[in-house]
Amino acid sequence: MSKPKSAYSIPGKKQKSDTHVIVVWVDNEAGVLARVVGLFSGRGYNIESLAVAEVDSKLNISRITIVTTGTPQVIEQIKLQLGKLVPVHKVADFMRGDKKIIFKEMALLKIVGNNVKRKKAIKFCKKFNPVVLDKTNKSVVIQITALRREIDTIMNDLKKTGLVSVSRTGAVAMTRGAEVFK
Amino acid sequence: MSKLYSGAEIVFKCLEAQDVEYIFGYPGGAVLPIYDELKNHESIKHILARHEQGAGHAAEGYARSSGKPGVVLVTSGPGATNAVTALTDAYMDSIPLVCISGQVPTHLIGTDAFQECDTTGITRPCTKHNWLVKDVKDLSKIIHKAFEVATTGRPGPVLVDIPKDIQFQKTKYVNSIKRKKLNGKIHNKFNQGEIDQLVKLMVNSSKPILYTGGGVINSGPKASELLRELVSLTGFPITSTLQGLGSYPGDDNQFLGMLGMHGTYEANNAMHDCDLMINIGARFDDRITGKIDEFSPKSKKVHIDIDPSSINKNVKVDLPIVGDVSEVMLSVIKTLKKKHPNFASSNKEKTSKWWEKISEWRSVNSLNFINSDKTIKPQHAIQRLYELTKDKDTYITTEVGQHQMWAAQHYKFNKPNRWMTSGGLGTMGYGLPAAVGVQIAHPDKLVVDIAGEASVLMTIQEMSTAVQYNLPIKIFILNNEYMGMVRQWQELLHEKNYSESYTAALPDFVKLAEAYGCVGIRAKTPDELDEKIKEMINVNKPVIFDCLVDKEENCFPMIPSGKPHNQMLLGPNDQKENKITGKGKTLV
Repeated sequence: MSKPKSAYSIPGKKQKSDTHVIVVWVDNEAGVLARVVGLFSGRGYNIESLAVAEVDSKLNISRITIVTTGTPQVIEQIKLQLGKLVPVHKVADFMRGDKKIIFKEMALLKIVGNNVKRKKAIKFCKKFNPVVLDKTNKSVVIQITALRREIDTIMNDLKKTGLVSVSRTGAVAMTRGAEVFK
Repeated sequence: MSKLYSGAEIVFKCLEAQDVEYIFGYPGGAVLPIYDELKNHESIKHILARHEQGAGHAAEGYARSSGKPGVVLVTSGPGATNAVTALTDAYMDSIPLVCISGQVPTHLIGTDAFQECDTTGITRPCTKHNWLVKDVKDLSKIIHKAFEVATTGRPGPVLVDIPKDIQFQKTKYVNSIKRKKLNGKIHNKFNQGEIDQLVKLMVNSSKPILYTGGGVINSGPKASELLRELVSLTGFPITSTLQGLGSYPGDDNQFLGMLGMHGTYEANNAMHDCDLMINIGARFDDRITGKIDEFSPKSKKVHIDIDPSSINKNVKVDLPIVGDVSEVMLSVIKTLKKKHPNFASSNKEKTSKWWEKISEWRSVNSLNFINSDKTIKPQHAIQRLYELTKDKDTYITTEVGQHQMWAAQHYKFNKPNRWMTSGGLGTMGYGLPAAVGVQIAHPDKLVVDIAGEASVLMTIQEMSTAVQYNLPIKIFILNNEYMGMVRQWQELLHEKNYSESYTAALPDFVKLAEAYGCVGIRAKTPDELDEKIKEMINVNKPVIFDCLVDKEENCFPMIPSGKPHNQMLLGPNDQKENKITGKGKTLV
């Protein structure tokens, strides 16, 4: 490479990226999600999935679960930067592969097809706690809970059974056992 | 039943409770109720800027020179968007600002009303926090919290957006100045174990260096005193970032000068070769580190900072200490005195070789330049300005560019809060309004904005503010007719293609000064420079000083892009030795 024509330095070596699940407890107030999400976009961090809802209506606390990928340095920065936001109470960080943590995503799957196809579709979903939420003589809506990859796979399988629409949530996470993240 | 106050009255009751003396602002439709209330509060003076950006920078200058938060008052829409540059500037340089903006009435929010904009949305990434007040009952609590957020931890700007109807509505006033920690955001997290580790590293080091930054200034005057004590107690060499200048005397022998892209040869080489680097309140900015992969390869690095997210952001350190630098330095000094009395003298031998090396680097005299008796060299102009003002407790602001670096290199600061410059954001047009704010805070002191002719034109309208409030600020323009730093980069990196960096049709600055009702002075030759500077100092009015300098002078020394600290370019002297011809300026 010829000499850089820039007032800035050239990028150094990149470290290996890992997928993490970041859980953030925040005051449930106007704009708080924008602050959290804006921090990610503004600093060039990526968001793979996002789930957010109020979990304590008395204390007015929402819990945000973000799946993100980054080098150890970036993950560290994400946590520290989140911790600086005024409405943020605490930040937890889990590796996606962590055995002590439960991750789950939910998906709603709409299948349109004859009886055979619909039955086949429900069978495919068997491993992932399928719940039939709606059915007609042409269609069925199935709810499943599973990991991201599993849902990816099943969506592929269901293509041949008449999958016409998918709606998915972001991952939510919780520690196993009696322990609670402080 | 207690008295009911309007939202506008509550704003002032809060400002009074926070001991605010000055507001920098500009009126407009959505803040008129607050402006209407101004007359009833004599302890608070409003300084009318000529542009909201100017109001913001003036508040920054006020805050940086006084240690108190700056307060800005602007209207909705363009008022708020014009303030964004100043807010971002304050965010990057950790300056406490409280910006109060008007907003269209609540029922019109979201309708694209006249002068409406999503102020909290726009300012979210450039403030520590911001609030849209939707209920007048929350107003006093929010304003007090705004001051708390702005001034605690790593300081920074905040914004409170108040819709016009809220300014009219009435409620009770609650004085809720709290000293409670925000959501458990504690700022001093260090423990004695870390201090002991640091002291151990200091004792074992034979090539130590202290690298200090704006955190020392932000921590208050006590931090500068503690730093001086620490330096004399250890006998260590010390270098400072652009923002840290003044926390340690610039003319002291242990001070190696500023480091970084335009830092001294000795400071940068010492940073590169040291075995222990103690960062006190600086943030490993890319203008400081140069190429990260080759940054100070042989050293143990200690980072003391109040902001945990500054640690390990750019450079991985061996010992992070999160805390207010004053508190940490105090602990270090105590521990050092207890465990190693007479450390400086016992350590002298151990570091003697290191000091020899530093003297060698020093002898290169990297800030040297070839002076001329025909044209004024910009470095010479700063040196003369320094010599003629150093006995006066002078406050210096700058714009951004070559003149800023020359000022940092050649003006020696002895006290904190005397040096106001836009480092992080690099905002051209910062210095003139900042000087207005500094002069407001220090009416009897000499305040000089060292400027470039390009930068100063970005906010020249604030001369009118200076005249209105009898602020005798001195605008010392190093006029080379170029955007000097742009031209320098084009010379070094873009084959002298000076694309759009020459300013044709510059105004006659002397006449411009007269048009504003202030004094214009022009210096053309080195012979008359001293006399003219003295004339400038003695005028008790705002002055625009048009100093015509060498048009093609470059700012050296310099670390070129993508290079580590030990590969600096020195000035034209260096080139002559290397027999590079062509005016000694074709470098890269």
